Amino acid sequence: MPRRRDRARASVRDHRTRLVQQSGLHRVGSFWATLPKPVRTFSPAIALLAIAATYPFYLANLPSGNVPLIYSFPSIRSAVTILVFTTMAVGLNVVVGYCGLLDLGYVAFYAIGAYTAGWLASGQFQQVKFHFGSVGITHDARGIHISIWLVLLIAALITGLGGILIGLPTLRLRGDYLAIVTLGFGEIIPQFVRNADSLHGFDLTHGTFGISPIDSPGFGNTLHTAVGLPASYQQEFNADRLFFWTALGILMFTIFCCIRLRDSRLGRAWIAIREDETAAGAMGIPLMRTKTWAYAIGAFFGGAAGAYIASFNAGAFPSQFSFNISVFLLCMVILGGMGSIWGVTIAGIILSWLNVEGLANIGTWLNDNIFPQSHQIEVAKYQFGIYGVLIVLMMMFRPQGLIPEARRKREIEEGGGHGPLDDPIYEMRGADEPGAGERGSPGRQPHG
Amino acid sequence: MSEPSGNGNLLVADEVRKEFGGLTAVNDLTFTIPARAIVSLIGPNGAGKTTFFNTLTGLYKVTSGAILFDGQDVTDKPPHAITKLGVGRTFQNIRLFPQMTAMENVLVGMHSRLKGGILGAIFGLPGVRREEREAQEKARELLRYSGLRGVDDELAESLSYGDQRRLEVARALATEPKLLLLDEPTAGMNPQETVTFMEFVSKLREDRPISILLIEHDMKVVMGVSDRVTVLDYGEKIAEGTPKEIQKDERVIEAYLGKGATQE
Repeated sequence: MPRRRDRARASVRDHRTRLVQQSGLHRVGSFWATLPKPVRTFSPAIALLAIAATYPFYLANLPSGNVPLIYSFPSIRSAVTILVFTTMAVGLNVVVGYCGLLDLGYVAFYAIGAYTAGWLASGQFQQVKFHFGSVGITHDARGIHISIWLVLLIAALITGLGGILIGLPTLRLRGDYLAIVTLGFGEIIPQFVRNADSLHGFDLTHGTFGISPIDSPGFGNTLHTAVGLPASYQQEFNADRLFFWTALGILMFTIFCCIRLRDSRLGRAWIAIREDETAAGAMGIPLMRTKTWAYAIGAFFGGAAGAYIASFNAGAFPSQFSFNISVFLLCMVILGGMGSIWGVTIAGIILSWLNVEGLANIGTWLNDNIFPQSHQIEVAKYQFGIYGVLIVLMMMFRPQGLIPEARRKREIEEGGGHGPLDDPIYEMRGADEPGAGERGSPGRQPHG
Repeated sequence: MSEPSGNGNLLVADEVRKEFGGLTAVNDLTFTIPARAIVSLIGPNGAGKTTFFNTLTGLYKVTSGAILFDGQDVTDKPPHAITKLGVGRTFQNIRLFPQMTAMENVLVGMHSRLKGGILGAIFGLPGVRREEREAQEKARELLRYSGLRGVDDELAESLSYGDQRRLEVARALATEPKLLLLDEPTAGMNPQETVTFMEFVSKLREDRPISILLIEHDMKVVMGVSDRVTVLDYGEKIAEGTPKEIQKDERVIEAYLGKGATQE
């Protein structure tokens, strides 16, 4: 059986080689091979980054309306949301993909981050007046107003701390039990913020109304006049672009940290725990501490992303933090390939896009071009079914994810050992969770 | 390195008892391992050898009794703390990290000897990078030493059975143990492989200042290398002595072959 597969693969390879030679592409290939290794490693990433970073400039030149299938390219505002949710997926990948801890309550970290931004950069606490590096507000504005850049860091740290606090009692549990407890925390925190508008008469979260408006990022007037940096994003003409570039920067930073961590002593320890917890402990890895670090780091990025999107939406509202978001993020990790940063990034972008505007756009295109006037279909209505089918197909034909983690890919290609289908059950679990990913519509948040 | 306590013993287990519900797997066992010795623990299936092993490495909590390693009380310490003090082990049924390379497996073993932290890793601080380079160099040496060639970047699960056993030893050695616990390392090996492996164990003791505790099923295997053999049956020590003495011991023969065997 494996032999036959090998042969089939070899013939495909031969065919490809022939095609490449006919097209003259092999010359490009051999030129590519002569380049120094750092160039080969980094230039694709830099090229992609350049394409992404210049998106706001050529978006206007891209065809808009009636683009085959996707109807139109995502707006800059949508792109910001897409990038932020991708950042969360990359953060969740540390917990689920590296360390193998199934976390069904990641939305809790999003919530903590968003509300930290709400507390530290809005007029929520009218009792006090504290300004620190804040931009775009009047001098006599009451409440705590700290510079968003600082708030991002503080929110990330507080959320990381929250991760540790949630982790300490729960990480002793293994597998399914951990999933259930994290699910609980994911439910508790949104409920808490919904109801914490009168803690002994103290309004902490403003209940269902949420906290709004939250300050916008910016560099202040001094830097504005000195080097031309935007004083306050919201007051700029092209605010969305600024939010977009900043979100891209946050995502890049997250990816960078995750790659570095993966290749470190800590990353090895995470993967060892995922592979065999008992053996990892016996090899000198402190299990609790290492798992708690995974949690804290996953939470750190979730918190930063949450705080950023709160600033972008200029508000934090309890309705944003539904269980669906947790599942939705988990789907990005599973579809992308657990542990694979690039896979998770791409799956994150695709799924977030579908959620924000992709499905609706595809529906519009289908209605305009395929379906007759008498049988119009509102595709976005069927997102339940569409995501479900997507995940079932994925699990059937490419269980290792879009871009499998290098080690998994190697294993599958060599056909050695057990396939990913025989891997721990959680791989499948999150995926065919009934109703995975639907309704978790990050794009439908109220814009403040 | 501190002087082993208890009259030159590296490890002292004092009346260690382990019960699982109503079953007493290890029954008030007192056991010592001298420094730089090869000591073997043998006994029929279910005699409590592996359970005892697991209490030594912190995988199981003892019901009663105390374990002293290198002068320190390690009773009920978590496995990673005991490993850090200098107890390395292998597992009866191989427990490598299947989707990590041979090299990575060994590097994981070094975890408690490395210091690199989170910020150092993210910012690529020179100290951390140097440490990582040196660790890789050392891991490569250890793989060679354990008889693994050209498989550094192979996934552990794709190695042959014998190589997996060797890799387990290399990984255990990477923890820089003073005491190496080998749990039936020759299980599943053919006679030739077994001989080679036992030669490797002897060499290990000559090259490194370590003690080895060997669990075996098969008396023949341990006779050649052991300084002392302890025989367990139903969780109790039934005999202890040099291999020669053990071979003649009536209770041992009885435990292995049944009562009739000694009367003929």
